[in-house]
Amino acid sequence: MNSETQKILTTDGIPLEVSLKKAERKNKIKAFLLVAPLLLFIIITYVIPIGSMLTRSIDDKMVTEMLPKTFKSMETWDGQELPPEEVFEAFYLDFQNLVDERREGKLSTQLNYTKNGFKSIIKKLRRKSKSFVEGNYKEQIMSVHKRWADVEYWQAIKRRAPAYTVQKYLKGIDMYKNDKGEIVNVSEDRRIHRLLWLRTIEVALFVTIFCFLMAYPIAHLLATLPMKYSNLLMICVLLPFWTSLLVRTASWMILLQQQGIVNDFFVFIGLVANDARPEMMYNKTGTYVAMTQILLPFMVLPLYSVMKTISPSLMRAGKSLGGTPFTTFWKIYFPLTIPGIGAGCLLVFILAIGYYITPALVGGASGTLISNQIAFHMKATLDWSFASAMGLMLLTGVLAIYWVYNKIVGIDNIKLG
Amino acid sequence: MALPRYTEPHYRAWHYLYLTICTAVFFFLIAPLFVIFPLSFNSEEFLVFTDGMMRLDPDAFSTRWYKDMVYGTKNPWGLAARNSFIIAFFATIGSVLLGTVAALGLSSRHMPYKGLIMAILISPMIVPLIISGVAIFFFMAKAGLAATHTGIILAHIILGTPFVVITVTATLSGFDHSVTRAAASLGSNPVNTFMKITLPLILPGVISGGLFAFVTSFDEVVVVLFLAGLESTTIPIQMWTGLREQLSPTILAVATCLIVLSTLILVTAELLRRRSERLRGINRH
Repeated sequence: MNSETQKILTTDGIPLEVSLKKAERKNKIKAFLLVAPLLLFIIITYVIPIGSMLTRSIDDKMVTEMLPKTFKSMETWDGQELPPEEVFEAFYLDFQNLVDERREGKLSTQLNYTKNGFKSIIKKLRRKSKSFVEGNYKEQIMSVHKRWADVEYWQAIKRRAPAYTVQKYLKGIDMYKNDKGEIVNVSEDRRIHRLLWLRTIEVALFVTIFCFLMAYPIAHLLATLPMKYSNLLMICVLLPFWTSLLVRTASWMILLQQQGIVNDFFVFIGLVANDARPEMMYNKTGTYVAMTQILLPFMVLPLYSVMKTISPSLMRAGKSLGGTPFTTFWKIYFPLTIPGIGAGCLLVFILAIGYYITPALVGGASGTLISNQIAFHMKATLDWSFASAMGLMLLTGVLAIYWVYNKIVGIDNIKLG
Repeated sequence: MALPRYTEPHYRAWHYLYLTICTAVFFFLIAPLFVIFPLSFNSEEFLVFTDGMMRLDPDAFSTRWYKDMVYGTKNPWGLAARNSFIIAFFATIGSVLLGTVAALGLSSRHMPYKGLIMAILISPMIVPLIISGVAIFFFMAKAGLAATHTGIILAHIILGTPFVVITVTATLSGFDHSVTRAAASLGSNPVNTFMKITLPLILPGVISGGLFAFVTSFDEVVVVLFLAGLESTTIPIQMWTGLREQLSPTILAVATCLIVLSTLILVTAELLRRRSERLRGINRH
């Protein structure tokens, strides 16, 4: 009895199974080759640079490379009292190299980040070190300025020895490593970043809530009106959506200025006196109003597309079973719109948390957000590693929100326009 | 939305309240845009409605700010407009080409790791713009492309492709693959099939993705702020500088032109969406 099943062969004599697998693989490769150009492009120009922000944010090689001999000789120094002569000598040699390459300015900037007061004493050292004689560098350096005889400054130099540091991240949440290496808060009056993070979250949260409260009724109206009316009203949502962000911000700047139309209206209805027009721009109010209007379409569109799919007969069924309009809405309609609410809130919140242009223009000092701080460090202070660190902290937050959202609602439930 | 006659008074009241709220929200959405029109025709330098404008006095209106926009020397709007159009044009072409081809691959049922790859491809849309700006700046600085047109175009391709990928994959999701198989069985090669069969069917999706990419590039300011040199100023950059320094009526003239442009884009996009819906509707039956 022959138990072996006859293998099905193709016309070429290859087993069908093998031939099919080969064809499948070919299709796979074909599909992948189509995606490959864009995938490579995005990975090289976008994903890798984001990764490089990580290395940049923890990278502290600059000082490590500027003072190689010093850090080598510091390995045996316990850091309690003033370092021995070898350290001073090594530091003098490193410093002379830097002066030759005209890089001592960079060193002073870097060391000043760690401890204030390095700028002036390094300048002084450069001037005096020209007339140094060989031998006994400890005395000679210490005589330049009394801070060079202060052990705290040498401890500060030693702290820059590792090639990697989390200092920028600590700075992003207003903490730092003190002389003993403990992680502590910066003094009360210098805590600005924590305030900015909280304000960013607060603004994003309230803008999301305002958008939701305003978008829900109009999305419902758009979804239930007959086509010919809803199409017309849809323009009111889509025209701002397609209009330049800067144009919309400009119109808010005109409306909210002190002699602007909104203030005129308030005066007209007698809400405020003509000589006591409130400042509505260059503060948080301006940020809230402008961002809500600008992000509103992003809430309306997902809500609308979900509401459009809800059959009106469900509501009629609820009513015919004795539900009041309110209970039918709350028990039937509202739960069905949750995917749209989720998508809209996620979209608006994430757009709001990274907002830059509008807060920078209408926010003033009390309305700026964390992204303004990132841009400030990118363009003004050129502390790119700090900007990278804060950018990554923001990115982590955003990814965490996606993750939580995916757990609760499911990313696949998102419906966009 | 007429209410049935038997509606109880408090529901009736609620209904009118609802309509009032909706009207207020629509007003909030659209009214700010219309403030710009009349003020851009102001003959004075102030950004408020003058008494003359209220009386509709013809002398209170003028086109001087439009003339200033075209001939003025203070802000190089002409150069900015040219740059913006060049950058947006090439960025759109790049996004559409890369995005459409990738969407074709992604829609194939043989595509491995679809979820992960899709996440990577649309990540520029998900990540806050400021972070994208920093990352792209680091890349362009390393590649020596900062402050060049090429750099900005590449940056805008990165930001524009997710829209093309999303719209085209959405169009392809309703696509009947038996038509391409029919073409193949009739002896057409894959390129020919794509050009003659697939492309015409997915064209609405491709064009609306392209429109998104165009608007993204044309309106983009965060990344350009990091990348742009003095030569490569764009309309958004000019507006940004203008708004930061002093809000002049010339900016309103530019803004009016931009609103007209966005209206045109809106109309095109809507027509395409309806066409695409109709085509997909036919496929479904």
